[in-house]
Amino acid sequence: MIWELDFALLLFMICCAIAAITVRDLLHATIILAAYSLVMTALWSEMNAVDVAFTEAAVGAGITTVLFIAAIARTRRSSSD
Amino acid sequence: MRENVVIRTVSRLAVPFIQVFALYVIVHGASGAGGGFQGGVVFASSFILMTIAFGLSSVRKRLNNRWIVICSVLGITIYAGIGLLCLILGGNYLEYGIIETTLGIPHLHGYLLDAVEVGIGITVMAVMTSIIYDMAERGGESS
Repeated sequence: MIWELDFALLLFMICCAIAAITVRDLLHATIILAAYSLVMTALWSEMNAVDVAFTEAAVGAGITTVLFIAAIARTRRSSSD
Repeated sequence: MRENVVIRTVSRLAVPFIQVFALYVIVHGASGAGGGFQGGVVFASSFILMTIAFGLSSVRKRLNNRWIVICSVLGITIYAGIGLLCLILGGNYLEYGIIETTLGIPHLHGYLLDAVEVGIGITVMAVMTSIIYDMAERGGESS
């Protein structure tokens, strides 16, 4: 474990999480969530949890993004509030 | 989008590699990273790529609802069947060693572990693909 790398990844992850809930466009929020998942994958594999990292990459960055985009395509793209 | 030759060519090249990688993840799951769930999700993502590139109807022609139902039932039957076989022979659920000692075949333990992973993978692939079909379908009723 390299704590500088951990710190940088966690910082980027928190930035992504805050950006995902503050951005107005839902498609942008979905892509930011995919980036969040990618950083989470790097963090898991850096902590030697390769199995969890694999699941995070397949489900978090892959399937969930497609499901969110499909849900956005069937509803409105920008949030009203 | 439907006429984009770059997307169609790249996905036509990438889909077999994704599927072979998914099969590797499923079979290799016992001894390394991965397993039935991850491999099934990767296999389903190859169908998602085909849906994006070639449209939903052409993917549905290759893997229709009948095959999805057959695959999801088959996978869970493999999983539960091996588990219940262990129970019938007097062991715990999914205790493969009891089948190995009863039948007397060496290394059957590893094959049963792989068979359970394959069952999980088939079910996860079928259910994920069915969810994607229902989400990607525009406005129609899901049949």
